Amino acid sequence: MRHIISILIENEAGALSRVAGLFSARGYNIESLCVAPTEDASLSRMTIVTTGTDRIIEQITKQLNKLVDVVKLMELSEGPHIEREMMLIKVKAATMDQREDVKRLCDIFRGRIIDVTASTYTIELTGAGNKLDSFIEALSEHKILETVRSGVSGIARGDRSLHI
Amino acid sequence: MELSGGEILVQCLKDEGVEFLFGYPGGAVLHIYDALYQQEGIKHILVRHEQAATHAADGYARATGKPGVVLVTSGPGATNAVTGIATAYMDSIPMVVITGQVATANIGSDAFQEVDSVGITRPCVKHNFLVKDINDLAATFKKAFYVATTGRPGPVVVDVPKDITDPNIKIPYHYPESVSLRSYQPVTKGHPGQIKRAVDLLLTAKKPMIYTGGGVVLGNAAEPLRHFVKKLGYPVTSTLMGLGSIAWDDQQFLGMLGMHGTYEANMAMHDCDVLIAIGARFDDRVTGKIAEFCPHAKIIHIDIDPSSISKTITVDVPIVGNVADVLNDMNHLLDNNKARSNKDAIDAWWAIINDWRAKKCMSYDRNSSQIKPQAVIELVHEITKGDAYVTSDVGQHQMWAAQYYGFSKPNRWINSGGLGTMGFGLPAAMGVQLAFPDEVVVCVTGEGSIQMCIQELSTCLQYGLPVKIVALNNRYLGMVRQWQEFFYENRYSHSYMESLPDFVKLTEAYGHVGMRIERVEDLRPKLEEAFAMKDRLVFLDIVTDQTENVYPMIAQGKAHNEMHMSPHCELPQDPERELS
Repeated sequence: MRHIISILIENEAGALSRVAGLFSARGYNIESLCVAPTEDASLSRMTIVTTGTDRIIEQITKQLNKLVDVVKLMELSEGPHIEREMMLIKVKAATMDQREDVKRLCDIFRGRIIDVTASTYTIELTGAGNKLDSFIEALSEHKILETVRSGVSGIARGDRSLHI
Repeated sequence: MELSGGEILVQCLKDEGVEFLFGYPGGAVLHIYDALYQQEGIKHILVRHEQAATHAADGYARATGKPGVVLVTSGPGATNAVTGIATAYMDSIPMVVITGQVATANIGSDAFQEVDSVGITRPCVKHNFLVKDINDLAATFKKAFYVATTGRPGPVVVDVPKDITDPNIKIPYHYPESVSLRSYQPVTKGHPGQIKRAVDLLLTAKKPMIYTGGGVVLGNAAEPLRHFVKKLGYPVTSTLMGLGSIAWDDQQFLGMLGMHGTYEANMAMHDCDVLIAIGARFDDRVTGKIAEFCPHAKIIHIDIDPSSISKTITVDVPIVGNVADVLNDMNHLLDNNKARSNKDAIDAWWAIINDWRAKKCMSYDRNSSQIKPQAVIELVHEITKGDAYVTSDVGQHQMWAAQYYGFSKPNRWINSGGLGTMGFGLPAAMGVQLAFPDEVVVCVTGEGSIQMCIQELSTCLQYGLPVKIVALNNRYLGMVRQWQEFFYENRYSHSYMESLPDFVKLTEAYGHVGMRIERVEDLRPKLEEAFAMKDRLVFLDIVTDQTENVYPMIAQGKAHNEMHMSPHCELPQDPERELS
């Protein structure tokens, strides 16, 4: 089962490696990890996507909570939530046909072209992971030069929130 | 008061009430050593290898309950300390380890004796710190001691770059009186509803079993445990780490459980209907085959660490909390509860257990012409009146010490249970002897293990530590040999050590007394002679039966009722026959 775990962690040197080290040392899966400081500069928010049985997920949350730097933890996927991932994708767009088709697909997926050269388009696309996957698939006729994905970040719907 | 970083560091230790600092100097910690030179109060113990510094601090902590403190230099000083840090981590021992580091400006430049100490120790510490600003030094030490000693204890590393301790930079010193960390708030009190559920479940039991572990020792909970056990009248067993919490000769005590546990303890585990685990973590050496662990039991688990609960064994009634507090709450309920346990059922359960006991699974050949290791341990118990502090290394001798010494008090049995670190025994004994100079401290070891930290004989001379080293010398790495006999068709691959040193001469070269004992009839008089030398370290090199094995034994991955038994007890030896 896929789970999304959000944590608030002290924004200190080495905090990220404590989390990453925990996953590798205990053999837990880590699908994506997304981290940046919050509005309170002393705290970072981390979103981890992982897979495992309920028992493993329970251990992961307990072990994360045990890290001295972890302030608070929420299993996002336990309740209604929104998840988003951002992708930057550079596609070959040299001929008129290519340029038109890529632009059309980009519009359908509500992406934005953010950089243009004579032979390439760079597109920004935000959404849930499967939407990004679909877009990549839709581009199968085209030559993808580069993709960059941010990894999943997420937030709970409604009143539920992760704060101290 | 303006102090330099080195002076602040030393003053922090004083303000924490630190008595002994186990350490070894080197380039990155010279400023600190200079500050130590100019003070009185903290006694620095100069070991001969940094691994021994950590084990000695660990032994001190296990015997006293106070945190052990270590000071080593950067690079190899820190890496040598890692084994001892990991040892303490696995057994949840409170320790603060100060590692020197190259100056902040040089970090990351592959400077001389530079190593990423915080990175290397991260997986084997409760927490670690790199101090990058002298203004953070005092607060960091306050946090380090707080984290190390509260909740589930553990080692904390503080990495201090050399420029932070510069004698020319002085700042006002203030040691924080208290500390609060928003990200670290250990639970102490157990949940009252869960405690009530646990007591209710315990009183319905027909075949109850109490299983206690190292958490009882670490949490100073032997007293409430004894009250709890007596009040209920239920059988109790202990892990290797919990020995002494219940006296070995208590009628309700079935001995140790697990891989080398007693027949009665393991059989009772297998057949029980309600199990209460107290400060124990269902280690694989205890559970054996997970799928067949306590197959008929409802399980209650008290542990201070939520991540210990349902980690390997799913429990029915989890209680997160300090063992002593939870047991006190349970005792209060039991003392004031009208409901009583089912006396007829419990009597019938004891009748079954007493039949198992009557098989005398711990029997061994008492008429052998060779010295039996078990006999040595029993004799040490007799001569020390069962009241010594006993440290051990790792292997067969460790199991025999655990099985045959007979501990009556907690904090007396000091061994590396989780990590299983050979070389632990002698330095740990130094830490204990320093803490308790007037007590008898015995290091039970083997000729293999003792050579892993034998250089500490020199430290023992420098500080006059009259440890009694009982080396069971069977010329084999005995536990390895035993597994090779059982599971590798007697192919003794590299478990026989040739060219052993003359331990008597070696000990004498270090300035101590050495004795070699080869004949059964010499055992008692020589042991008595050795233990009569109150102020000398004596190394007893005792030549024991090479083929002796540790029994009972549950092979890895087998269930509690599948034990290999000693050929000298009244049970079939082979677990297959036992089952059929």
